[in-house]
This record gives sequence, C-alpha cells and structure tokens, in this order.
Amino acid sequence: MKAYRDIATITLDINGEERRVVVRPADTLLRVLREKVGLTGAKPGCENGDCGACTVLLDGLPVKSCLKLALEAVGKKIITIEGLKDTAIQKAFMEEGGFQCGYCTSGFLVNAYALLEKHPSSKSGADREWLESNLCRCTGYEGISRAIDKARDIIKEYK
Amino acid sequence: MEEPKHIGISFPRKDGEDKVRGILRYLGDKQSPQMLHAALKTSPHAHALISKIDTAEALKALGVRAILTGEDIPGNIGIYIGDKPPLARHKVRHYGEPVAAVVADSEEEAYAALPLIKVEYESLPVIHSPSEALAEDAPLLHEEMKTYTHIPAVIPEPGSNVANRTRIRKGDIESGFKACNTVVEESFSFPPGDHVAMEPRASTAEILDDGQVIIHSTTQAPFVVRNLLSISYNLPVGKITVITFPLGGGFGGKAGIQLEALVYLLSKAVGGRLVRLVNSRENDLVSSPGRTGLEARIRLGCSKEGRLEAAEINYYFDSGAYADYAVNISRAAAIACTGPYAVPNVWCDSLCVYTNHPFATAYRGFGHIELAFAMERAIDLLAEQAGFDLLEFRMINAIRKGDTSPTQSTMDSNTGDLKMCLENVSEMLEWEKGTREEMPDGKVRAKSVTCFWKAPAMPTNADGGVILTFNEDGTVNLHCGAIEIGQGLKTALAQVLAEKLGINPGQVHVVDEVNTRIAPHDWATAASRSLFMIGRALVEAADDAIRQLKQTAAIVLRCPTEDLKVSEGRVFLADEPDIGLPLADVALGYRYPEGNAVQGQVIGSGRYISRRLTEIDPETGKGRPALEWTMGAQGVEVELDPSDGSYRVLKAVCSMDVGKVINPFLARSQVVGGMSMGLGFAGWESFIFNKQGRVINDTLRNYNILRYGEEPEYEVKFVETPQRDGPYGARGLGEQGILGMPGALAGALSGALGRPLNRLPLTPQTIWETGKEGAK
Repeated sequence: MKAYRDIATITLDINGEERRVVVRPADTLLRVLREKVGLTGAKPGCENGDCGACTVLLDGLPVKSCLKLALEAVGKKIITIEGLKDTAIQKAFMEEGGFQCGYCTSGFLVNAYALLEKHPSSKSGADREWLESNLCRCTGYEGISRAIDKARDIIKEYK
Repeated sequence: MEEPKHIGISFPRKDGEDKVRGILRYLGDKQSPQMLHAALKTSPHAHALISKIDTAEALKALGVRAILTGEDIPGNIGIYIGDKPPLARHKVRHYGEPVAAVVADSEEEAYAALPLIKVEYESLPVIHSPSEALAEDAPLLHEEMKTYTHIPAVIPEPGSNVANRTRIRKGDIESGFKACNTVVEESFSFPPGDHVAMEPRASTAEILDDGQVIIHSTTQAPFVVRNLLSISYNLPVGKITVITFPLGGGFGGKAGIQLEALVYLLSKAVGGRLVRLVNSRENDLVSSPGRTGLEARIRLGCSKEGRLEAAEINYYFDSGAYADYAVNISRAAAIACTGPYAVPNVWCDSLCVYTNHPFATAYRGFGHIELAFAMERAIDLLAEQAGFDLLEFRMINAIRKGDTSPTQSTMDSNTGDLKMCLENVSEMLEWEKGTREEMPDGKVRAKSVTCFWKAPAMPTNADGGVILTFNEDGTVNLHCGAIEIGQGLKTALAQVLAEKLGINPGQVHVVDEVNTRIAPHDWATAASRSLFMIGRALVEAADDAIRQLKQTAAIVLRCPTEDLKVSEGRVFLADEPDIGLPLADVALGYRYPEGNAVQGQVIGSGRYISRRLTEIDPETGKGRPALEWTMGAQGVEVELDPSDGSYRVLKAVCSMDVGKVINPFLARSQVVGGMSMGLGFAGWESFIFNKQGRVINDTLRNYNILRYGEEPEYEVKFVETPQRDGPYGARGLGEQGILGMPGALAGALSGALGRPLNRLPLTPQTIWETGKEGAK
C-alpha cells in the first residue's frame, strides 16, 4: 500500500473516465468528486456516514463517499449518479414517486441500483438491509419501495 | 362546462428528470474560486455567561481573513421579536449557540481555526421546560425583554420568560362546565426536536461596491429575508437581492431569517467579499432552529348526549432560547385550539415560553400538530369516560358549516366534510370489526382515530403574484416568487395554467430559481398556501394573457374579441373553429406577410392578496384570521408486544378534504410524507438533554428519523368539497398529513396497552414503564 504524506496527484476512474486530480491525503472522496471533479450529484447530508446521500459505487458496491478518502478509491471503478443513465431504477423512481425534494435521491438511486444488480430476483430480503442505510425525509419510503418492485419488473421483462 | 383536461391528472413532476439524474443543482452544489468560507464556534453550555473570548491565536492561522464575535455586532434580529443576536453576546442561551464565526480562504482553514478560539464561560442555572420557566423564582433568559422591538400581534411579558400569550374567550366557560355530564382533565407533553431536511441550510453573501447586497440562501421566504435584512441593518430594500434555488426539503425550518444575517455581517467584515456558510449537520440540528416542544393541560367536558360543551385549554410552547416563529406558532395553536370540533364555550391561554433548549422555528403543522396531539388525547379520554365509541364521539362533535371557530368566526360554505373523512377512516381501518384484538402470541393489535384541521397562520395581507411570458413557439414561461421545496408546486401550477390556456402542461416552462429582483412579490412558501394563493394569481394572469391573445387575433382575423376562444394551442372563432391562428403566431405580436407587425408580445400578470382577514382581539381572540381550513381524519393500527413495549405500525390511514385534487399522485405523496413524519414525531424523534441541558443526540446517528422498511402500509382517500375561492376549488394540503398522526399513534398504543400514553416520544421503554405502573 502506498503512503501519502502531502498533496498528491492521483488518477481516479469515474464513470468510465480517467480523471487526474490533486488532493490532500485527508480529502474525502465526496469532497473530491464535488469540489475537484464537479460531480455534485452525491450530496453531503451529514458527512458522518449516517444519511447515505453521498452514496457512490466502488467496484460495484455502494459506499458512503463521505467516509472514504479519495486516495482509497485509486485503482477502483467509481460510479456516481451521473454515471447512471436511463436505468430501470431511475425510470421507476420517476413513475412511482421515489423522491420529492430530490436531495437524498442520488444516494438512494445508486444504492438501489447496486442492490438490483446483486439481487435481481423478486422481493429480496436484502432490500431493507441495504436501503435502511439511506435516509429520506419526504416520501415516507412508500414511493421508493414501490419503485424497487417496479424496477425489478422492468429488469425481468427486459431479460 | 367542459370536463377539465389537466386538473385531477397525475402529470409527471417537472423536476423529475433532473432529480433522478442527479443534475439538479442546490445551493451547496455551487462553489466558485473567489468564495471565502465560514465556520461557527458554538457553545457547549445551555446557559452561561461569556466571560472572555480570545481570538488572537486563531486570527494568526493561515488563511483566516476575519473573526467575528457577538461583541463585534450590535443589534438583534428576529422575525416577530428582535431578541436574537446573530452571535451570542455576553451570554449563551442554548447548547450549540454560535459564539464566534471565522472567515477563511477554504472551509478546512475556517474549521481548523475554531479550536484556536478560546472562550471562557460561567455557568448559569438551566431552564429545562416551560413549567420551570414559568416558576416564580425562575431565572430570566432575556433580562432586556422590555427593550426588544416586536410586532403588535405578539405580546411579550417583560420580567418573565413569556414571549407571547394569546387568549381565546368564547362563550361562558363556567356555565359550560355546569352543563357537562362528564369532565376530564389531563396533561400532555413532548420535548423539542428537529425538521431534519436532508439538505443542510446554506447562505452566501456579497456586498458590491455600489452597496448592493447579494444573498443566495436555502430559504423558503426570500422576500422575508430581504425585508428583515433591510430593517435590521438599515439597508434600502431595493438594494438587497435574495436568490433561492430549489430546496432539499424545509418543512418550515428554512422560513424566516436564519444564516443570512450572519453571512451578510461576515461579508461586511471582509470588505464585501463573497462569503459562504454551509451548516454541518450538527449545526443544522442544534445551532439553527428546530421545532417547539409543548406542555399542555386540558379540561374538557361533554353532555350526556356526548356533545362537547366546554374546553379549558393551557398550551405552554417550548420556544427554546429565542422566539423566532414560535410566538406565532403558539398564537396559531390558540386560534385553532379545540381542533375541528364545535365547542360553544372555550377558554384558552396559549403561551410561548423561553427555555434553555435550542430555539424553535416553523415546523410542518405550525402549532396544529401540537394542539392536535393534546386535544385528540383529551377527546379519547373524555369519550372513553363518557362511554362513547371514539369514532362516534368525533362524528357527534365534528365542526360543520354554520358552527363557529374558537375565534368566533362562522364556518362558511367552504367548510370541509369532516364526517365524510371520518367515514372513510372507519372504512379503511375496518372499524366495525373491532378496535382491539389480543393475538395468540400475546401481542395486542389496536386501532385509533383522530381529527385535524389547519388554517394558514400568516399576515392578513399575505400575497403572491404571477407573470407569464411567451416564447416564439407559443409555449409559456411561468414566473412566481414561490419556492420548489419538493412539494411539486410548479408542476401543479403548470397544470392549472395548461387548463386555462388549453395547452399541454409540457408546454408550460417553470423557473426553478427565485430572484427577488425579478419575481413578483410573494409572502413565503409556507403555511400550505402556495397552491391556493399563487394558483389564484395564476388564474388571473392566464385570463390577462388570454385577453391579450384575443386582442391580437381579433385584429388579424377581423372579428370581435368576444367571439374568440383560446384552446389546443390556438386562438379561433368559437363558432367557426377552422378560422384561427396558432398561439405561436400571436404570442409575440402578429407579423403580416409583408412585414408589418402589430400588438407586441403577450405579458400576462396576476396577483392575489388574502381576503377579508383580521387580527384577533387581544382579550377574547375574536376575529377572522383564517383564510381557509383544511380538515380531515386519520388513524393507525398498531401491534404492541406488552412484554417489552415494542410495537409495529401496521397501517396508517388518512382522509382529507382538499377541495379539489389538482394532481392526485403528488397530492398523495405529500400526505403520505406528512404521515411518515408524524409517526417519527410521535414514536422516537426528539432531542435528548442531559442535566446540563446539552443535546446528547446532535447527529443523525442518534437523532433517528423513520428508516426504509419501518414504514407502515399507507392509505389515503381525498374528499372534494370545493373551496369556492380557490383555484379550481383547491385548498392547501402540504402540511396536513402530519397533524393527526401523533395523537393517532398515542391513541392506538394506549388502546393496546390499556393505559393512557400522554407523553411523547412513545419509546418501548416509556410504554413498558407505563404498563408496569398500571399493573401495580
């Protein structure tokens, strides 16, 4: 493992693009994505790992980017909400009312996307375990839960 | 009349695509290299004198440009009472109160300087509750109360901790109780808590060389911010511009004036440079305002027939350290104090009381969730004691057209059908199958019912406006001063406009950003009044635009304007529809083939100002403060395990009379969102204080809100008794879903336990302990 002492230039693989950025060792992945790369889809809601609004994928697994250093993401494939285009879960969120104010939406969508990749079959017991790490204040989760079901239907149909 | 095409239709949200793609920009997403960044040093004490602040070392730190403390800033701010210094001066009055602010080149440098600021405190006795604050020998939080400026509708009592007292005197309370067959008297309470909007508050300020002040803020009320900045700092109001982007939730927490005053002062301290202040979640929870707590005492009586005869009500609102909106919340609760019931004799004192808790501002429900919890519990207790079914008792007393409200105004023909709402709740919960059932595994299932009502609590001249402009293709741009906060307002407005102009909602373009220099004046995005008031202004603006479109078309088509009709994107002769013009040809003036042009562009404008509202009498509360009442009924079914107090909410139902549903999908979403917030409010959401008055759950790790998988099955049924002065008959519905839920959860759990639960939050421990006391 490489040790970093001072400001360093690193290369991150973000949504399939290689991005060279200058970071402090203490910079979180969330801050680097938002402030150095300009991808503001991942949101700071607590910067303490409690709300999930900053969720991104590292090698296909959801992580809270406020709890990851940017340095830890070197060599891994980062997917942010901006990297998801026309996916079943985005369509389902629109149709089923998976959001209102939209602030938690990026994190929920990214997490739900990974959930459906890992657990595509119907009504997985993993849903709650995965998604209770994200907070939404607007919807009461009804729309989000319906959207997950709908996205599973869309994916099944497509296959 | 033709059937509406776009009203009552679930048109998709205008902002949906941007939100699911993560590209909608909130204020915190916008940063620029010239920005300086601010951070707050906050108080670890709930009540203490500040004996010394030393900023010398912090000022030497790399990147630090300025530090302000309370001593550097004269004057107070406050929406109704000028009681709050933007940074604590001489003393701190709540845990988390900002005592100093650092401005630095970067956020890291600003935060790094905070520990270098040395503050010495001398502890003062802490007031933990309204009843402690009202005790004879209680220490005073605001010794200088006498000198504070305040609006006339708010009446502080200097020499005490009472920030406001509102009196309701209707009928004759003593003879009312004499006519009663059954009387109950009980106390109810809950501690303060927070909104937890997912987007933390943020503001930026910049002062230009010509004196213009440019504020960007996460505010529900940009015009209020502008006005209060002008008053507080003697700035010409026209020189202040407040700009707001869509908000990541607010729930009242972003109303009034908040970070804006401080960030303006910070910009001033660095020569007007652009300064940005974004709350950490911890600051958002305890340094910025949360919601009120409540202590209530209610004496309530009914006749042998179950008719409510008399209500004697004391509400003590826990405002925390500063008054902010809480003085109007306590007033709103007085105006609506009985809930939606016909009560001939009412005595109510509603007090807003200072304590050493984090201060409170507007919160979804604005006094009506508080009063609903206390009143609905009292109603349950009275109905049980008098031997009535809980739903039947509410049916008997449901307020109707012709009854009078606590402020003695007569309920008019727009009054919602509360009985129908109760019938719907009865049906959804299968009330007739019984309300309590012991399960074979020892768990107990129980059902509850509550009623609620709410009117906007706002200035008597609250207003709104709309401007419509057109594009070359005949599509329309809708400008207004209301904020998109997640409620879907701009989608609903697009539907109203589409209906008026006979176009598709997709041909209406809405503007996300609100800029007080561009948008027509708007009171605030609060009080569930936007659809009603902006909707009314929009209808007028659309009529204005239609008139202009017809005028232009009449010249070209050589016909009287009154023979023309606007529909389907055209203006045409009503009796010869083939003769007409597309809107695109007349919206920006008509150009004849040879080049001559006439009339010019269509600019539609409309406005609305509240109708015939009055202040209330300070002695009796008599008056007409309510523009419209939205009412309804709710209920839940719970399953309680009496052995340990744990429970699940199986089902939550709501029936609400909203006048007219403009967008059923969005309307339901709002109501369900409110219901979920109400369950959290009742179940576990509140600040936890230690003996020193410190909040010990000031992160989202230990301040819990409802999580995925904890939600019950929701069911919602709308009733549509038209609000005849509302747009297409609609009235407000954004807040109301929350109102009856705390009473409903407490009611169902009380039923299951067989013991009354009159205090929130309803944690398993509280329930278990209450059950044990009952068994003794």
